[in-house]
Amino acid sequence: MSQGLTWTVYDANTMSQAEIYGQVLCDLGEQNDKIVGLSADLANSTKIGKFGEQFPDRFFNVGIAEQNLFGVAAGLAKSGLTPFVSTMAVFASMRAAEQIRTDISYQNLDCKIIATHGGISFGAAGTTHHCTEDIAIMRSFANMTVIVPADGLEMANAVKACVDHPGPVYIRIGRGFEPTYYEKEDYGFEIGKAVNICDGTDLTIICCGVCVLQAAEAARYLKENDDLSVRVINIHTLKPLDEEAILKAVTDTRRIVTVEEHNIHGGLGSAVADVIAKSGKGCAFHKIGIPDCFCEVGYPEDLYSHYKLDADGIISVVRDVMGKDFEDDDDWEDEV
Amino acid sequence: MAITDKEIQELTRHAKRIRKDIIDITGWAGGAHIGGGLSMTEILVILYYKYLNIDPKNPDWKDRDRMILSKGHGGVGYAPILARKGYFDFDLLKEFNRFKSPFGMHLDSNKVKGVDVSTGSLGHGLPIAVGLALGARLQKKSWLTYTILGDGECNEGSIWEAAMAAAHFKLTNMITIVDRNQLMIDGTTESVMGLEPFADKWKAFGWIVKSADGHDYNSLSEAIEYAQKEDAAPVVIIADTIKGKGVDFMENEVKWHYGGLDTDLMEKAKTSVDK
Ligand SMILES: Cc1ncc(C[n+]2csc(CCOP(=O)(O)OP(=O)(O)O)c2C)c(N)n1
Repeated sequence: MSQGLTWTVYDANTMSQAEIYGQVLCDLGEQNDKIVGLSADLANSTKIGKFGEQFPDRFFNVGIAEQNLFGVAAGLAKSGLTPFVSTMAVFASMRAAEQIRTDISYQNLDCKIIATHGGISFGAAGTTHHCTEDIAIMRSFANMTVIVPADGLEMANAVKACVDHPGPVYIRIGRGFEPTYYEKEDYGFEIGKAVNICDGTDLTIICCGVCVLQAAEAARYLKENDDLSVRVINIHTLKPLDEEAILKAVTDTRRIVTVEEHNIHGGLGSAVADVIAKSGKGCAFHKIGIPDCFCEVGYPEDLYSHYKLDADGIISVVRDVMGKDFEDDDDWEDEV
Repeated sequence: MAITDKEIQELTRHAKRIRKDIIDITGWAGGAHIGGGLSMTEILVILYYKYLNIDPKNPDWKDRDRMILSKGHGGVGYAPILARKGYFDFDLLKEFNRFKSPFGMHLDSNKVKGVDVSTGSLGHGLPIAVGLALGARLQKKSWLTYTILGDGECNEGSIWEAAMAAAHFKLTNMITIVDRNQLMIDGTTESVMGLEPFADKWKAFGWIVKSADGHDYNSLSEAIEYAQKEDAAPVVIIADTIKGKGVDFMENEVKWHYGGLDTDLMEKAKTSVDK
């Protein structure tokens, strides 16, 4: 299905996540004439416009009307086509939440939502354009697959994979200026399967999106400077969740830190906490994310640092969690 | 009270200064929605310097007129007027967009004095205006609610849901102005999602439509005063404007919806405003 794509590793260094998305979608569109594209006056900003230029007949710009956007996509999917829909994450997940739930997820339609400007990547725009709630919302829609790629190459993998993945898929990316983590695309991406970034035995950082690069850097630093062995797991698919990878990390390292560009409620950290609770295994646990507030205004770098989503922040939290001597607690049951 | 030539001279002077402020803020901020900020300058200037019943020293005054910038991305064009009116120190705008600044691109009513409603997600302003107008009427208050809409914004269904409600509830204590600059992000309004016949749509929803030249104070003044007096149905003023107005290289250029300016471009832009 997805052979012969024209994007290259070189592109990942010069193209943003969204630009790669536009290119990959064009390549997929060549091979699969069922693919149609939709946007709501954000064709250029989300880069789906590239698909629109190449396939003008298969692209629909509905104007600034997100509820209509997802309703129309549902209709296109019902007619037998595979719509790719792009707008900013905040408008997809919240303005059109009910259309996505009731028209698309409920009817289990083959509709692929590529939401850009996720998290706090459009930091200077303020709360109306921040999106730190979408993962919680999308995760709660039955039938929905939720993916947060680490960078442009993972984005390409996710977009290719979602075409053959039945049902609705929500892929969340940033604004497009994020540094890349992966150097090549054939690291074994599979929807629902976590990627081990590095192995470790003292603590596991479970992360997604832009936080993967930061966590990898933190782990490297902690190995060199603190002699700590930190495992990093990239959970690019938030749903269905790779519970096995999480359970293994709990058993192997007994200390877990989650990192995500999302409110600490309802996102990756909450998903991981559910798995830990269900296992009945105790472990030290800390969620890094936006601490249930509307994020400050600012450029993303400043915000990532403020909310401890960058390598320095992650390092400081890991040190705290390592300092936690929970095995000496009276009520600590080592084996359940 | 009809506008005088002397007032027009004053307003023209204010507008020039505001346009230069917009250019400065865009430069300081690293990027802003400058095109749509410049298209509504005369509309905001005439409201803030002639018509709004407000007291910048007392921003929470209960009987003030309310103003909703429903096209909230116009924050870069709105903030300097609030500063020049005395709601806050103009120099604070040097921090526009920066870490922990009260000023993001879309102004926050909890952080910026003078901003009645936080906007930025399009299509929210008019429903809130309906609520304010209903609230004023219920509490026997005489203040008015002014709302500025983008024309692209009028693609949103929520605008028309509110339009239906305003007419249904016979809200004549609200005045709505559309900044009809004919452009959105992906192109012209008519090429992306046609709005025309625009005036007829509002009429069909039960509104009285006034057309105005959105850069001409006589025309705006006449339309606003008409709307203030009208008590048969809500009034919408469709104000024809030019996106990027005042800066020659930005006028009618869709790419200047959002952009940054280096010092050279800032100078060029200011020279153009002075022409
Ligand atoms: C609900 C929503 N969808 C999309 C956007 C992104 N957006 C910001 S400005 C804009 C275009 C606005 O066009 P218009 O209303 O005509 O404003 P103007 O041209 O006066 O700037 C869009 C689509 C948004 N802010 N809110």
